[in-house]
Amino acid sequence: MEVLKIATAGSVDDGKSTLIGRILYDTKSLTSDKLEAIEKTSKQKGYDYLDFSLATDGLVAEREQGITIDVAHIYFSTQTKSYIIADTPGHVEYTRNMVTGASTSQAAIILIDARKGVIEQTNRHFFINNLLRVKEVIVAINKMDLVDFSEDIYNKIKADFETLMEKRDYQDQNITFIPVSALKGDNVVHISKNTPWYKGQTLLEHFELLDTEDVYNVGTPRFPVQYVIRPKTEEFHDFRGYAGKVYGGELSVGDVVVALPSQTKSKIKEIYLYDQSYQTASRRSSVTITLEDDINVSRGDMLVKVDDLPTIDKQFTATISWMDSQHLVTGNKYVLQHGVNKVLAKVDAIHHKIHPDYSGIEEHISALGMNDIASVTFKLNKTIFFDPFKNHRTNGSFILIDSQSNNTVGAGFIQ
Amino acid sequence: MIKDTSKVNPLENEAIYIIREVAAQFEKPVLLFSGGKDSITLVRLAQKAFYPAKIPFPLMHIDTGHNFPETIAFRDRLVKELGLELIVRNVQDSIDEGKVKEESGRYSSRNSLQTTTLLDAIEEFKFDACIGGARRDEEKARAKERIFSVRDDFGQWDEKNQRPELFDMLNGQIHLGQNVRVFPISNWTELDVWSYIERENIEIPSIYFAHTRETFLRDGLIWSSDDDVVYRDENEVVEERLVRFRTVGDMSCTAAVLSDAADIASVVQEIRDSTISERGARIDDKRSEAAMEKRKQQGYF
Ligand SMILES: Nc1nc2c(ncn2[C@@H]2O[C@H](COP(=O)(O)OP(=O)(O)O)[C@@H](O)[C@H]2O)c(=O)[nH]1
Ligand SMILES: [Mg+2]
Repeated sequence: MEVLKIATAGSVDDGKSTLIGRILYDTKSLTSDKLEAIEKTSKQKGYDYLDFSLATDGLVAEREQGITIDVAHIYFSTQTKSYIIADTPGHVEYTRNMVTGASTSQAAIILIDARKGVIEQTNRHFFINNLLRVKEVIVAINKMDLVDFSEDIYNKIKADFETLMEKRDYQDQNITFIPVSALKGDNVVHISKNTPWYKGQTLLEHFELLDTEDVYNVGTPRFPVQYVIRPKTEEFHDFRGYAGKVYGGELSVGDVVVALPSQTKSKIKEIYLYDQSYQTASRRSSVTITLEDDINVSRGDMLVKVDDLPTIDKQFTATISWMDSQHLVTGNKYVLQHGVNKVLAKVDAIHHKIHPDYSGIEEHISALGMNDIASVTFKLNKTIFFDPFKNHRTNGSFILIDSQSNNTVGAGFIQ
Repeated sequence: MIKDTSKVNPLENEAIYIIREVAAQFEKPVLLFSGGKDSITLVRLAQKAFYPAKIPFPLMHIDTGHNFPETIAFRDRLVKELGLELIVRNVQDSIDEGKVKEESGRYSSRNSLQTTTLLDAIEEFKFDACIGGARRDEEKARAKERIFSVRDDFGQWDEKNQRPELFDMLNGQIHLGQNVRVFPISNWTELDVWSYIERENIEIPSIYFAHTRETFLRDGLIWSSDDDVVYRDENEVVEERLVRFRTVGDMSCTAAVLSDAADIASVVQEIRDSTISERGARIDDKRSEAAMEKRKQQGYF
């Protein structure tokens, strides 16, 4: 079964939780006990409709305040696909959660309240999804029931959004506009009679027709070694297998590979998954690889094809999304986790920061605060093997860990 | 040799990746094993992750003493067949030592008492990572759970202050005394688990399949009538019914469902057609809307 991960984005009250609840309801994915609970609580609150946001807002504080605080993952499936939707919070201070949601998704739904149109937050949500190179973006113009399903309003919002698109860096992003009412169900799963002027697909139809292979950005194969398997049993006495996940492209038996950082050459001998051996390890599969030669490879090393080397360097510039209340300042040191590899990184220079309303950049910056996005140069204590993020979503990204608190304090996308 | 790995379940790839990260990033991991289908699935995934080597960490069962006997027999057989190390810690001991107090009355259960025994065992063995079979689709508070979920020295979950998890990268750095709960099948649904069990031909305890059992009705749910463990009123009449269990927790908090699904294919079909969620048959979650969140804050799985 194909799996499609979708992140939602939009300001508070734009209807993200309601939209997800509506999808669950219309695809008959809500079990009768869950539906009963929603009916009961909606009645208690005195609503004359079903409050579908109750299906996703799982924390006590969320239900009390009627807002989403933390990312929730919602699951449902159709005949063709399994879907995982991340319900992300809309508050400005939760931008870090949005970056997180987008990092693991292949598609995003950006909600706009038809009464409010494109606002500063829309700009931010689009920018983040473009920065993270999410392939499929749906702009759902919601609450159409509150603007009489007006085609003019829809067109105006669409035109405003298209102005934002002119500035985008990632041009290959597919962007689709859909007029919806999450609360009433128009164009979510079922096509609406209220929008005869809209000739496109419903939200769900759009996802159903997506080819899940196309939504991944294809790159070159990278195999970061997670774990070295040495059974040391009689049967597998000399077995030395490299366990890991293949990213970007595929690797096959017989491929000539180079182990980094040692730069030693060898050839792929076998590819295992459990007790089965395979000719080819496809993208995103977790396998165990053995090599023809007995070379020294350990966790954090990387196998790549001989004719396709990544950049091997101790310094790079990246776009950073800062996620901690303690500021990032020039000279600070962090643990930098690049895939499964960890090194020490020092902030060499902060070049510029993206303006909070995404209208431009601010130069001469000395510190980054929570939710800032900026361009930063790092120096490392050891070389790593990376690709620019635009060529390789996995091998071009990293996280920063504060060695005092051990928290993940930032995410980076190598330029 | 098979052509390529593209047909392998993406959820399996993800789970294996997570389990390998645990073995690589932590000194003393343990797999929390309940004998239920989710933890049995985890064992298979761990086997796959390290083949042809053995699973490089032990299993641990927090035994409430109220398990279905079929589950315990199954547990012991599995461990023996795979040559795994099993640690068992008993809730009864925590009761005897006066650390927790047994509940009594109509809805009494040892389910929440497990937390104390678990936290003590984590401290006893200095486990720094506990792999569990919880899934986000089970329950609303679980939907918020990270893959690597940091617990403080008291085993508590700080749900409003969780580490962001980006791309595939898992940050397992912790302070001394903290530990991480790891959920490799976070993104699986109940149906995903059952389909996997079917496809992989994994053996599971017999109580998951239809059988006749002495039961009684309460609150519209069907309970196993084991009078030593499950409290029953005089007027709650025992009857034989054809049932199976959808989830296997304690006898005192796991209700059965009427079913004639006697093999795995019929079970998968039944789940596909079902309109009730898995946790609908767990009385521990029905105590309040926020039952799970509260238990998790205190250190529950
Ligand atoms: N009239 C109308 N109200 C909506 C629609 N979608 C959401 N709402 C309402 O907007 C409010 C906020 O919705 P919610 O889903 O919690 O927004 P979130 O903060 O983006 O998750 C709730 O009162 C919803 O009932 C819609 O399409 N039409
Ligand atoms: Mg919400």
